Amino acid sequence: MFHRSPRIAAGLALTLILAGCSSTATTAPTTAPTTAPVTAAPVVTPAAATPVAIGSVVMIPKQVNNPYFDVAFKGAQSAATALGGTLTQVGPSAADATQQIPFIQTATTQKASAIIVSADDATAIAPALQAAMAAGIKVVGYDSSPAKGAYNVFVNQADTAGIGKGLVDMACTEAPSCTGEIAVLSAAQTATNQNAWIDAMKTTLSGDAKYANLKLVATVYGDDDPTKSTTQAQALLSAHPNLKVIVAPTTVGIVAAAQVVKAQGKTGKVFVTGLGTPKGMVDFVKGGESPVFALWNVTDLGYLAYAVAVDLINGTIKGTAGEKFTVKFASGSVDYTIGADGVVVLGPPFVFNKDNIDQFVASFGF
Amino acid sequence: MASNVAGRRSARSRAGALIGGFARSRELTLLAVLLVLAALVAIEAPNFLSSNNVVSVTSLAAIIAIAAVGEALVILTKNIDLSVESTMGLVAFVVAVLLKQQNVPMPVAWALGIGLGMALGMVNGIIITVFRVPSIVATLGTLSIFRGLTYLVANGHEINANDLPAGYTNAASQTFFDIPLFVILAVAVVAVAGLALRYTVFGRQLYAVGSNAEAAATIGIRSRTTVFLAFALGGMLAGVAGVLWGIQFGQLYASSASGQSLAIIAAVVVGGVSIAGGSGTVMGAAIGALFLGLIANALNVLLLPQEWLQMIYGAVILFAVSTDAIIQRRTQLAKARSRIR
Repeated sequence: MFHRSPRIAAGLALTLILAGCSSTATTAPTTAPTTAPVTAAPVVTPAAATPVAIGSVVMIPKQVNNPYFDVAFKGAQSAATALGGTLTQVGPSAADATQQIPFIQTATTQKASAIIVSADDATAIAPALQAAMAAGIKVVGYDSSPAKGAYNVFVNQADTAGIGKGLVDMACTEAPSCTGEIAVLSAAQTATNQNAWIDAMKTTLSGDAKYANLKLVATVYGDDDPTKSTTQAQALLSAHPNLKVIVAPTTVGIVAAAQVVKAQGKTGKVFVTGLGTPKGMVDFVKGGESPVFALWNVTDLGYLAYAVAVDLINGTIKGTAGEKFTVKFASGSVDYTIGADGVVVLGPPFVFNKDNIDQFVASFGF
Repeated sequence: MASNVAGRRSARSRAGALIGGFARSRELTLLAVLLVLAALVAIEAPNFLSSNNVVSVTSLAAIIAIAAVGEALVILTKNIDLSVESTMGLVAFVVAVLLKQQNVPMPVAWALGIGLGMALGMVNGIIITVFRVPSIVATLGTLSIFRGLTYLVANGHEINANDLPAGYTNAASQTFFDIPLFVILAVAVVAVAGLALRYTVFGRQLYAVGSNAEAAATIGIRSRTTVFLAFALGGMLAGVAGVLWGIQFGQLYASSASGQSLAIIAAVVVGGVSIAGGSGTVMGAAIGALFLGLIANALNVLLLPQEWLQMIYGAVILFAVSTDAIIQRRTQLAKARSRIR
């Protein structure tokens, strides 16, 4: 069995060289100052082939087999097709930082050229990411930010304040006369993005007289687990009989909450909003459990993250504030500027309602 | 003096008999602890007993209870099934796929799901009885394999409520005479399994194999067949739980029911089934499931700080089991004393 491995290695090396060639060809217009000499000459070892062009990019979502991350991965895949390089997705089957760390370490040992990661826990995975960066690997955060200093660029799906305001606005729309008790059903207690959005919600609530009559009475955590999210939503309804709106900024939680509202016959009395997927929410938008909810373009998020990784590998950007770059999406080019702390914002979130949901069920496919 | 001692003794044994009568079964003591806790919670949070809350909590507990009955059958034979959550998840997902993509009629899809559960149980049974792999190792493997199969079937997709027949999830909140449909199902499962364990030869053989496999062998019980059947039936009940899981949630992921094995095994153990095999009842396992479900809900309804929930949950389990153990020991001591006298 083992005697075959050199041949496999040679095959791999050849594949890498070929991949390297084709990718450099496509990225040529970006004036990549690649230091690696790109030659089709026979390379003896696979190690020598690695520094050629983009190489292998590893995408580590919070959780694999999560439809949300799978769509982001699809976006990254189309970017890989357009910009070159090989992309693989690996990650834990449950959203758990301790399970995420080994995947980062493996990518580091295998000398990936870039890691694109959504942090299950900002600080827990930071040392592993810093070790990767010390080994020369570019780290791009997406969806949920690693701690500052543990990434080169963080691609934010929408800026935190914007999402916080969006969530409050939707709660305001759903609560009759923008008045009454609201509660948050979040994912994990340690989820960076969730906590930042909840803080932004609080800032929005207290910062504008328009929302003076909305009262945030509870924040509970469903861990993005359908069972726990369901029991938490049930408990919210029982503990707060006057609750008007449940805000769930998580795709699993929002469905669980809407399902509970429907099952308990509270449709029209308690409303659900937050961040969800069109396909998961279409019945509840039409049924009245969740008249409005929002999301950003997840495909574009994955695409942008990969494009940023490629620019970092090429050296066209370094991740410092003020740097400008352009990304060619299928729908057209968009100019981006890197902000403070190396953060790039994808764009504003998009609100779904009964009039527009059908077309997105078709186009997103999730 | 002597009569005084005798009087004290008999008083003590009378008290012992009283506790003994009350605590004759572990199930009753657990039920009592459960009711007391429920009453305390209801005083603090009256909505705890609202019909909506009770229906939703007991429906979910009923699903866990049915799986716990299956797990209890296995644990009674001194084995364990760690793969039960993956069986549930795979069955739930496959049933949903059958309904969504193949337009299979609902009863047929359910029957196929339950059959699939049984087949998975048989796979466990074969690995354990034919290849003689210890059950904790074998089912640790199949826990992962069955979950992997679900990922293959799912292929990165989820099933949404709108993929399923209209009103598919309604059964989850259905009640008859104020009793949730799932609870009625669970009671039926417990009754059938409980009676079968008590009054059938197979039932007694399960206990015999679990308490002393060698002795069971000497009296002619084919322990491997018994263990195999326990796993097959356990898998079947996990299949039933998986079908109900799909109806309860309507939204199915490849990771559905992840982490439930520990909850199910905890229910069995809290319900008084000995992890060392040979003792306990399926009714205890079912009450254990209800107990854990109520506790989880009560902690949330009481608005305790979220950071503390996990710890309190664990502490309550320890409290329930140890209170129960103390009462049991007292009862046994009282019995032993009266026997000596």
